[in-house]
Parts: sequence; structure tokens; C-alpha cells
Amino acid sequence: MNAPLGSLDRPNSYIGRAVTRPNAKRLLAGRGRYVTDLVLPRMLHAAFLRSPYAHARIVSIDAEAARAMPGVRLVATGADLARLCTPWVGTLDHFKGMKSAPQLPLPVEEVLWSGQAVVAVVADSRAQAEDAAEAVLVEFEELPVVADIDTAREPDADRAAAGIEDNLCFRSRLDTGGIDALFAGAAHVVEEEFHFGRHTAVTLEPRAILADWDASEGKLTVHHATQTPYQFQDLYSRHYGIPEASVRVIAPDIGGSFGMKLHVYHEDMAVVGLSMLCRRPVKYVADRMESFVSDIHARDHRVRARMAVDAEGTILAMDVDDVTAIGAFSTYPRTSAVEGNQVIRLMGAPYRFRNYRAELAVVFQNKVQTSQYRAVGHPVACAVTERLVDLAAARAGLDPATMREKNLIPDDAYPCESPTGYKFEALSHQASLIRLKALMDYDALRAEQAALRTRGIHRGIGIASFVEISNPSPAFYGIGGARISAQDGATLSVTPSGEVRCLISVTEQGQGTETIIGQIVADQFGVAREKVRVITGDTEITPHGGATWACRGAGIGGETALQAARRLRDNVLALAATILQARPGDLDLRDGLVVDALSGAERVSLAEVARIAYFRSDTLPPDARAQLSITHHYAPQGYPFAFTNGIQGCHVELDVDTGLVKVLKHWVVEDCGRIINPLLVDEQVRGGVVQGLGAAFFEECRYDDNGQLTNGSLADYLVPMACEMPDIVVGHIETPTADTALGAKGCGEAGTAAASAAALNAVNDAMAPLGASIAQIPMTPERLLKSLGKI
Amino acid sequence: MSATLPVTLTVNGETLTRLVEPRETLADFLRRDLGLTGTHAGCEMGVCGACLVMLDGLPVHACLTFAVQAAGTEIATVEGLTESTVIADLQRAFHERNALQCGFCTPGMLIAAQGLLARLPLPSRAEIRDALSGNYCRCTGYEAIVDAIETVARRRAAGETAPRFAEEPA
Ligand code: FES
Ligand code: FES
Repeated sequence: MNAPLGSLDRPNSYIGRAVTRPNAKRLLAGRGRYVTDLVLPRMLHAAFLRSPYAHARIVSIDAEAARAMPGVRLVATGADLARLCTPWVGTLDHFKGMKSAPQLPLPVEEVLWSGQAVVAVVADSRAQAEDAAEAVLVEFEELPVVADIDTAREPDADRAAAGIEDNLCFRSRLDTGGIDALFAGAAHVVEEEFHFGRHTAVTLEPRAILADWDASEGKLTVHHATQTPYQFQDLYSRHYGIPEASVRVIAPDIGGSFGMKLHVYHEDMAVVGLSMLCRRPVKYVADRMESFVSDIHARDHRVRARMAVDAEGTILAMDVDDVTAIGAFSTYPRTSAVEGNQVIRLMGAPYRFRNYRAELAVVFQNKVQTSQYRAVGHPVACAVTERLVDLAAARAGLDPATMREKNLIPDDAYPCESPTGYKFEALSHQASLIRLKALMDYDALRAEQAALRTRGIHRGIGIASFVEISNPSPAFYGIGGARISAQDGATLSVTPSGEVRCLISVTEQGQGTETIIGQIVADQFGVAREKVRVITGDTEITPHGGATWACRGAGIGGETALQAARRLRDNVLALAATILQARPGDLDLRDGLVVDALSGAERVSLAEVARIAYFRSDTLPPDARAQLSITHHYAPQGYPFAFTNGIQGCHVELDVDTGLVKVLKHWVVEDCGRIINPLLVDEQVRGGVVQGLGAAFFEECRYDDNGQLTNGSLADYLVPMACEMPDIVVGHIETPTADTALGAKGCGEAGTAAASAAALNAVNDAMAPLGASIAQIPMTPERLLKSLGKI
Repeated sequence: MSATLPVTLTVNGETLTRLVEPRETLADFLRRDLGLTGTHAGCEMGVCGACLVMLDGLPVHACLTFAVQAAGTEIATVEGLTESTVIADLQRAFHERNALQCGFCTPGMLIAAQGLLARLPLPSRAEIRDALSGNYCRCTGYEAIVDAIETVARRRAAGETAPRFAEEPA
């Protein structure tokens, strides 16, 4: 730990301490309560008939036979649900010119991808609902399938959806000027065409929802495996016309999320309507096959990029063309354009150069929608930049590490701005590189590599610097008209026994949100951690807030908790001062005791103060303020984002006969500002790295020309497993943000942001002596053998 | 659809008889009919390991086993193994090492680990990774899980026993 913390880092501070997660014990004992596990009285089950075609018109639906099947309570079509639910459009106002067709829970006329839910069946059991769904007869008329990103943009192209005038969802252009001249005059220009496969989140618990409409109260309760309960409270309220206060969304234990569980899914919206139509609780859990054809996908970019470098190896400029295909709709409410937008804005972010041009095209096609998934846009921007940096280094005759030493933004150059407009408060690229080289023993690895090459062993070393976006302000969604909160809220109370309850709007999906909030509250309020109970994930209980996405849990949620705890502490000390006839400033709260601030001598216990406040207010003077509950909100101010940074190293061995790559080891140095709990941060980083390595080597949603997903099962879509993954060394630099007292930024996406870039560079490094290269992920054995000219 | 059949089996030490549909998997039977929701379903095709239970002392996929096939066997789920404290040391090590995040893979991981250590008391890290090759975890990146299992193997070899996990302080 190397960040000064003032009052936060007393020797016994909870902040910065590797404590275990109290709420993990329940999960270890098999007592987790996931939406998948929930059973309510009179609960029914939904199943969906899905489109076998990627693009078709619905000619007719015959549900007669299905309605007569055992246990069936309801068969509902798009038209049935459209009477209850208003349509939604996945655009943001600040993305000028963006368009997308309106969406409904189930389609009325046209299906837009293979696997889209078309008809819903509700029955007493899931098996009965599935049996009946098979008995629904839908006549489809096939329409032309839009799949290819280039033909989709031709003037007379078939349209992916009837409701759009062409297949361009959004385009954007950045240009600092004079780029062509810079490239024309550069000593070296390197260029490459990159392909990034579509992949998907594959949370182990699939999407799950249980909607319970109570007509007698006009109240909707939704148990929803989501990261963002408040966002869904707002959406269910507005699209179903239910007053907001009558909608309760509860997110209990969630089996993985990674950004995938914060989007509106058609089935989920449908389930709310099905519960209203049946007037009973209705549950839907996606099975694994359904997850592959209905969860959002991500990436799917083709990037043509070049970099201009002077004779000494100083980067002069980048020029980028990104085309990304997003499915037939833009996802609601966060859209499918944020990823591309972040790709073009994060390009080159760790480096000093000032000249930049980029073109982004976001294209409709007849596939599953894409949207935000862990490290949105970062892996693409990072891989393109870092591969070009390596290519440029080779051209300039520099070692990749030396090339970065030369070009990274110096640690003393802050604050500064990227050519794409991102404002950096304080980053530590150079320190991170130095630390990484030491952790890797970089020079020794290079020597070993050279020695092994003479024996026909092909090892590669790749490094990749990155910048990560965390803690977004309202400039991210609020400005675009989306009702997605950038602030968080917490209600803190002292119980009559002198314990603390913290109800906070950030949510838990296993990353340890509740644990760090408990650490912060205990530390800043002044009680033992065991005395703090943190409660999250229920719109009926906690204040409204943005919840957990874009690595905002620690930075924004943590600061909310810190400020709330300090306020509550002041209230306790003010009341204790009244009781003790002392001055509040002379008192302190430590380990559950009100003490004399100077001597540390006990004056009265917190429990006694609480007892008096709750049960013997008659003994207090009339003007005493016994406010032992407070609600506090905090929204980020200052910088629009808290950027974090880091660097990763990857060491691989390539078998040139089979195309198989063994990842020998992986290193990460990251700077997430103040670390609240290193045990949790390290595992966030490791988990993120493995998701990035999955993308680098295995994961890809493969489609045929007819828009059919050909590997939509967990046996066919390859995910990284334990035996293929390396040990991962994690090091830290701490540069706290000065925007908050806590100083924490985010860490959840850092691992994913650069792992695939480091791997891409490592594999290319291994292949370089063989004259081969690759610019596509995943780097499958087949693709590597092709690059090597073996097949 | 066909008529239900009676099956008699022992689950977590208790012998019981229930009527089941022939198509009902052991995973559904445990989760739905018995309320033992610690056994999870992640793929229902035998590749993710979330549904592992002990059947006559060996890990099996509850999603690939029909409930009727389990007639006459002894099943232990994570709930039973917690109560009997046989995996208390694994649970403690997972907790200390933060070898779980969302926890959805965890019951299956614990059962795979218990199966491994019964077969191979002091596995190498590579052997541990190999033994987990049928257990998918999206959250942790696996390393902490490998560390936790390695620690337990050493502790068991040194003769250490663990008290009931659930009652240890957090
Ligand atoms: S659910 Fe049985 S292996 Fe995945
Ligand atoms: S902890 Fe989430 S899948 Fe393993």
C-alpha cells in the first residue's frame, strides 16, 4: 500500500485490509438464494416459442392445440402483450443521428433474429409450458437476412428491420486535423486489419426473473437477477403504466452478471405482462441454449487502423476505422453504440501522441443484439493500439518495453487530456511498466526466449498498457436522456442495541460490494465490522441509486457510504455530547464506544446512547437531536470519469504443428486508486483476465450465412476452464482520486481490458521469427495454423 | 408424458420415497421436489459441473442422471456435506482465499474438490486444474480455487481437522 490516507489509514483501519466476505459463507453452505431457486405460492412458469429464422414475417399463429394441453394457463402473442406494454427505443439523445426500431416484448409482425421469442406459454410447470410451446403453430414467411457488415451498408441493401430506413444505427467521427499529412511525412507507418469475434457473457446462472403482479394492491414485485434494480423499477413502471412506488424490484443472490444482466430483454418484459394477464406469479429462467440466442452478445468489430511513427520510434498519430455489427435493434436503455463509441475514444489512450482520426459505423444485422459486457470497448481499443505499438516498435528497431517507455504519458504530466477528449486526473503508466518489468523479470524472460528459440521452442512475450473508464458521472447516460442514475444513496441507522444497518443502492454479484461497504462504514463510523449489516438489492428498502456497473461500486458506492457514516457519527457524537454535557468536538467514536478524543478514555457506549435515544428520550433535554438514522446521497463531481490504468504481460508457448497455445503465465499491474480490500481486488483482476483470455483464445459466437448461431451450447461455445488458464500475478500501484475522500476508483474491468491484447502480442511475438502474424481473436488453432501457412 | 414412478433413495442421510416422472432429472428432483437448491444447474448437459452431487461417495452430474436412476443410492448434496462437516475445511479455505464470487459454481467445485482429494490426497496444482476441467467458473479465474484446494490437501495431510464451517466467525 503506498497511498497516503490521513485519517483513513490508522493502523487498525479496515480500509486496505484483506478481510473475508461475510456473505460468502451462505453461498459456501449451499444456502444462496438465487432467483432460479425461488418458489412463490400459485407460481406459474413461462416458456417461449422462438423463431427458427433470422428474418421473417409472422403470417399466422395457431395456438389452439397448445391452449388445450395439460397445465396450460395462457398462451400470449406479441399483440396480447402490446396492449399492456408500451414500446421502447434503444437510442441516447447525445448520440446524434442514432436510430433503432421500436421494440415490444414479443414481435407483432416481424422476427429479426434466429432465436427471438415469438409466443409465450404459461403453465403449471416449466415442462408443461415447453411441451405446449412446441404445439404452437407459427407460419413464417422468410425475409432476406442481413449479415455482412459491408453489404449491409450498401445503398440498396436489404434492411435488417422494416422499421428503419437503412442499416446504419449510428456513426461518429473524430478528427484532430492534418492526419493525412502526418502519415505522408512519417518515417514509419504500420497498419493492420483486426477482427474481433462476437462473444457473450455466459454467466453460470442464466437470466432469471419472477414477476408477481398483485391486482388487489395494484402492485408489481419482480425478483430479478439483475445488477440494476432501480433501472428496472423505472422501466417496468413506465412501460406498464404502474406508479413507480408500486413497483418493487428485488435482486437477491445473482450467479454472475458482468454487464449482461442490466439490459432489457424481451422475455423479461414479457414475463411482467404475463403475470398481469394471469394475475399470478410467473417465473422464467433461460436455459443455456436460450441464453446463447437471447443474452446480449458483445464485440464483433472489424477495425482497420494505422499508426505513424517517427524515425526514433515516437508515435505521431493514429487513424482508425471501426465497423461493428450489433443485431437488428439497439439494446435498451443503454444502447448498442456505447461499445463502439468507447472503442474509438479509448484508442491510444495510454500514449502521448496528440493527432488522431477515427470513424465509427454501428451497423444493424439479423443477429442477437450486442451491448455492454465487461470492459465495454476496452479490449478492442487496447488490442488495436497495443498491436500497432508492437509493430511500430519492430519497425523502429525498439524492444516493445522500450517503445512503451518512450511513448507512455509520463507520470508527472497530469492532469491532461487524450486527443479524443478524455480528461485524466492522475495515472501511473510509467510506474506500472517499471513494476511489470520487475514482476515478469522481463529481461531474463527475453534471454530465455532467445535461448529456447534455438531449440525450436516458440515462446512469446506480450505486454499491453491500458486505461479503464470507471465511476461515470451523469455525462454518461443521464445527459443522453436515459433514466440511469449516476448517484448512489445509503440509509444508515444505529439499532437500539448499538449495531449499524446500512441500506445502500449499490448491488452485489459476488465481487464483494457488501463487504467493502461494511468495511468503510465500520471504519468511518467507528464500530467493529461484525456490528455492521449491509443490505442491498431491493428497491423497497434502499434509496434510489445507479447500483453496480462500470466499476462504480467502490468509487461511488464507497464514497456514499463514507460520507453517510461520517454524518451518522456526527449525529451520535452530538447526542452523546448532550448526554454527557460535553462538547461534540471533544468526543470520538471508536470501536463502539464514545471516547474522549484526546485520551481515548471511554465516556459512554454507543449501545447506551442508542438505548437512551430509543427508549428514554424523556431523560433528554427538549432540544436534543436524537437522529440515529440518516439518508445520504452522493453523485460524482469533478472529473466526468475516474480513469484507472495498468499494464499486463502475457507469456505463451506456441506449438507450431498443432496451433495450440499454452499460456504459461500472466501478470497484471493495475492502479485502481485506493484499495479497500486487496483480497477482493486481486480476484476481480484475475477473474477479469480469464474472461479476456477466453476472448483471446476460445470464445466466439459463430454464425452461418443464414444468420443461424452454429455453436449455441456450452459444449460447442468454448469457455476458459481451469486446466487451460495460468497462474496470474497481480501487482498494484495506488493513485487515489482527489475527487473523493475515499480515493477509490474501479477495478472490475481492468483484467478484461488488456488480457486479450497482451495475449495477441505474445502470440505474434512467438510467431515473428517464422514470418507469421495474426490480427484476429479468438486465436484458434485453425487460425494460427493458417497464419503459419500450415493449412 | 408418462405416469409417475416411485423411487426410494437416501438423500443426506435420510431415506425417502417419492413419485417422480421418468423424465425428471436428479437435479430437478433435488431442487424442486426436495427444496435442496444448493445443487445448481448451469448447462443441463454435463459440461459445467454446477450440478455435481455425491452419489455413493463419487461426484456425478445430477443433470445427466434421472431421478429414477438414483433409486437405492445414497446422495449427498452440499447441504448434507455441510451438516456432516466433511467439507468444512474446504469451505473454510474457499472463504479465506476468496475462492468464490457469485457462488453459483461453488457447490459443484466443493464436491469436485472433495472427490479429487479422496482419490488423490496430495495433488499438484496441475492435477488440481485438471480435476476441475469439468467445472466452469466465470467469476474467479480459478486460481483462488486451486489455491484453496491445495491448502486443504496440505492441511489434511498434516492431520488438521476443521470445526463446523457455518458457525465459525466471519
Ligand atoms: S448442469 Fe450439470 S453439468 Fe452443467
Ligand atoms: S463464483 Fe461465479 S461462477 Fe464461480
